[in-house]
Amino acid sequence: MSEEIQTEYETEGVEKKFMFLNRKAPYGTIYALEMLETVLISAAFDQDVTLVFMDDGVYQLKKGCDTKAVNMKNFSATYKALGDYDISRLFVEKESMDARGLTIDDLVEVIFEDEDDDWAEKPAVHVKSRDEIARLMEEQDVIISA
Amino acid sequence: MLHLVNKSPFERGAFESCLNMARKGSAILLIEDGVYAALKNTPFEDKVSAAVKDIRICVLGPDLAARGVDQVIEGVEVVDYGGFVDLTVDHTPVQSWL
Amino acid sequence: MKYGILINEGPFTHQASDTAYHFTKAAIEKGHRVMRVFFYHDGVYNANALSEPQSDDRNIVKLWGDLAKEHKIDLVVCVAAGLRRGIKDQVLAEGFRISGLGQLTEIGMAADRLITFGD
Repeated sequence: MSEEIQTEYETEGVEKKFMFLNRKAPYGTIYALEMLETVLISAAFDQDVTLVFMDDGVYQLKKGCDTKAVNMKNFSATYKALGDYDISRLFVEKESMDARGLTIDDLVEVIFEDEDDDWAEKPAVHVKSRDEIARLMEEQDVIISA
Repeated sequence: MLHLVNKSPFERGAFESCLNMARKGSAILLIEDGVYAALKNTPFEDKVSAAVKDIRICVLGPDLAARGVDQVIEGVEVVDYGGFVDLTVDHTPVQSWL
Repeated sequence: MKYGILINEGPFTHQASDTAYHFTKAAIEKGHRVMRVFFYHDGVYNANALSEPQSDDRNIVKLWGDLAKEHKIDLVVCVAAGLRRGIKDQVLAEGFRISGLGQLTEIGMAADRLITFGD
């Protein structure tokens, strides 16, 4: 390919608000898994990251997924590790949870260490109203959604 | 912000989710199979007619033409690809309701 | 304005790549710059050099390659998504390159807008 095409961009010192908006259920399609891969890679760039789960996306955080009998890679445990990647905000939309009869007790626990609070261990998953999430969306620089 | 919807409202909930989230002053562009939400005489017409008071709702003309439909709800603007680009200039961030 | 484009679907099941292509052309015609198009999920199939559409169909693989050459657009295929779908250097169409997912985050940081086309 032509050497004139720029393949690197200066991003030193850039910190943007990135929202990863998950609206699809896991396992029936690959979107949830590959979105999670994007989130993990993005953690290395020190951006201001928020994950949102709404519509069928709330099922991605469901506890107790067992994929043995369908012989598919079980990535549910990976969500639990997100706290180790300094991802401290996983917001689930209340209306989507209510519509599916789910409460926060049905979801996996994600713990992060808060560097602003003497590395205290805190839960990263929070239920937010539709209105709160709508307002948060408008504040973002980049929304990556699937 | 700008919301992009490319799903038929008859088949999936993307348009409804988008309408629930879109706040006053934002814009929605209906593309691909999303253009069916812009048409008159569907169960979605009332919702769209109410929404255009607070939200700029546009529909992509080439996608209407490709599907042989043109009876667009009053207040919904038809734009071309250049108009699509202009919408992304005027609004940020851009969210695709896939 | 500087744009990054994300394409999540292949060229034959979904319209996403076509819409992204027309958007990219229109943006360039209006004097904007499209810095990078990132191909993810089944979007990696847009880079398959072995793809042979019927003669009365558009060849979107070639269209992307030609547009990128003319306007110096960086076409990046995600290595992880590509590998699991068999899109690697041996079948990579002209004008595309394979790289990591970090290139998506990078363009989100560098561009003024990141626009996603998918299903």
